[in-house]
Amino acid sequence: MSEKIPIGEKVLMKGNEAMGEAAVQAGCMAYYGYPITPQNELTSYMSRRMLEEGRIFIQTESEIGAINMCYGTAAVGERCMTSSSSPGMSLKQEGISYMASASLPVFFVNVNRGGPGLGNIAPAQSDYFQSTRGGGHGDYRVIVFGPTNVQELYDFTMLGFDVADKYRTPTMILADGILGQMMEPLVLHEYKPLPDLPSKADWRLGDPATKDPLLVTSLVLDVPGMEQRNLDLFHKYEEITKNETRYEEVDTDDADIVLVAYGTAARIARSAMQQAREKGMKVGLFRPITLWPFPSDPLSKLADRVEHMLVVELSLGQMWEDVRLATGLKTKVHLHGRTAGGIPGQADIVEHLQKALDSKSDEIVRNF
Amino acid sequence: MEKVFAMPEAMKDAKTLYCPGCGHGVAHRIVAELVDEFGLRERAIGIAPVGCSVFADLYWNFDVISAAHGRAAAVATGMSRAKPDCFVISYQGDGDLAAIGTAETVHAGNRGENFVTVFINNAIYGMTGGQMAPTTLVGQPSTTCQLGRDPSIAGYPIRVCELLQTLGGVAYLARGSVDSPKNVMATKKYLRKAFQLVLDKKGYSLVEIVSPCPTNWGMNPPEAMKWLKDKMLDHYELGVFKDITAES
Repeated sequence: MSEKIPIGEKVLMKGNEAMGEAAVQAGCMAYYGYPITPQNELTSYMSRRMLEEGRIFIQTESEIGAINMCYGTAAVGERCMTSSSSPGMSLKQEGISYMASASLPVFFVNVNRGGPGLGNIAPAQSDYFQSTRGGGHGDYRVIVFGPTNVQELYDFTMLGFDVADKYRTPTMILADGILGQMMEPLVLHEYKPLPDLPSKADWRLGDPATKDPLLVTSLVLDVPGMEQRNLDLFHKYEEITKNETRYEEVDTDDADIVLVAYGTAARIARSAMQQAREKGMKVGLFRPITLWPFPSDPLSKLADRVEHMLVVELSLGQMWEDVRLATGLKTKVHLHGRTAGGIPGQADIVEHLQKALDSKSDEIVRNF
Repeated sequence: MEKVFAMPEAMKDAKTLYCPGCGHGVAHRIVAELVDEFGLRERAIGIAPVGCSVFADLYWNFDVISAAHGRAAAVATGMSRAKPDCFVISYQGDGDLAAIGTAETVHAGNRGENFVTVFINNAIYGMTGGQMAPTTLVGQPSTTCQLGRDPSIAGYPIRVCELLQTLGGVAYLARGSVDSPKNVMATKKYLRKAFQLVLDKKGYSLVEIVSPCPTNWGMNPPEAMKWLKDKMLDHYELGVFKDITAES
C-alpha cells in the first residue's frame, strides 16, 4: 500500500478517484479502461495507483477490449474492474452477458451521462433500464448499487468486489456525472472483506492444482442444458434478492406522500423534503440503494399506508415503472423526471409534491 | 517393444466432429503435441473461438475458455497478464481474428502480449455455412459473394502476417500449411518456436496455418488440398515473417 494514502482518515476526494482507491484497497489486481467523459479521472487514477502497487493497468483499444480482458482475468481467479460512461457501457454489454452466463465475478462502474446516442457529458440516470435489466442479451441480471455521495462510492466499490465474488456475478455501481466529478469529504475506511467469501480454487483456470481440465463457456447448445443454466442463475438471483436488497427510509412514519429517488436525485429530494416539511407538508423519502435487486417488498409495504408517492429521477420514468410494479394499484405513483443533464431544483420538487397532493383521485401527476 | 507413436496426453480420446478433410484436426494435434513436449498441460489454457473450433475443449485435454467472437486476444491478455505462469494459446479463425477481432489482434500484438496465437486461415466462414472471410481469395465464391469475391465491392484478401509485421510488440510471425507432411512438419517447427518465445516472455507470437475447408469450398478433400496448394499458397506465401531472436 502506498504510504501517501491516509487509510482511516477523512480526506477530500473526487468521486471517480474515490472508487479507484477503494478498488485498490479491495485487492483489485487488474483495471482495464478506455477514455470517456465523465469518468476519466478514474482511469487516470488507476494508471498511477495500479502500477504503484505492482498490479495491472491497461488503457485498452476499446471498451469491448476492456470487458473481455476482465473476462480473462476473472477466469483465472483474480479480482478485476472496468469503468466507462453510457455509450461505452453499451459496448461492454456483450461481455457482461458472457460473464453473467459463465458465472465470472467482475466489478464495474457506469458514470452515467446524457443519452441516447452520443448524447452529452451531463449527469443523467437514463441507463437505469440498461443496468437493472441485465443490459446485454439473454436472461440475466447484474447487481446494481446506486450510491448517493462520495463516501458511498468508496464503500460500495469495496462491497461490490465482495458480492461479485460471493455470488460469482457481475456487479456494478450506477453513478452519474455529478457524483463522479464532485469532491466531497469521505473517510477512507480500511477494507474488511465479507466473512466466508468462497474460494476460487475449484473453478479458476490455469491452476496446476486442479486435476481435470476445466471449461469456462457460455455456449450450451442443448436446450435443456441451457434452460437449466438460466434456471440456476435465477435461483442465484433469488438468493441475491433475499440477502442483498438495500434501501433507506427517512421520515415515512407520518407521511402523506413519499419521495422515491436514488443517487444524485435522492440528495435533491432530501433537501426538498425538508423544505416541504417547513411548509407543513408531511413528506418522507424512500431511497433504493440497490437498484437491482430493487427493494420492491418494503416499497409495497409502504404503499399500504401512504396515499401518494413521487418518483424523482434523472430519466423519464424508468425507475417510476419499477415503483409502479412494486406498489401495484395500492398508491398513486407520480413522476418528476428530468433528462439529458436537466436537474430538478428543490423548488420544482416542492411544487410537484403540492400538485400530487392536490391531484384528483384518478389523476397521476407527471411533468412531461 | 518401444512405442513410437501415441495419442498426446494433451489430447482427449474423442471422436472428431470436424468434416472429412478439415484442417482443424491436424492443427489441434500439433498444438497438443507441443503442449506435451514443453510439459505445459497443467498450466495451459486454450481459447476456443467462435467458429468451427468453438468445441476445441472436446479434443484438448487442458483448460479451455470460450471467447466471444473476435475477442480471444483480449481474453488472452486478461489471463496472461493476471497469471504470467499460465500458458495461453489463442486459437482463432480468419473471421474471428482478421474481421471482427482485428482491433483486439492488432493491439494485443502491438502491446507485445505474451501468448501464442494459432491462426487458422481457410478463406471462409466455416461454422455459419460458407460466408466470405477477410482472407477469401479474389474471385473465390462464397454464400455472401456468390459471383466470386469482387475487390471493388469486398476489398482484398488480408495477409495477416504481413499486416502485423511492423508492430513493435510482435515477437514472432510465421505462416505454415497442412497440405503435405513436409508443410505440417514445418508448421510444427514454427509453432515450437512460438511456444519457446512465449515461454521466454518475448511477447506476441502468431503462427498462421493455411488450412482446407472442403465442405464450404464445395470440393472433396483431395480437390480441396489441390486448390489450397494451387490457389491459396500463391497468395499466402509460407515462411517466417518476423523473429526478434533471429540473427540478422
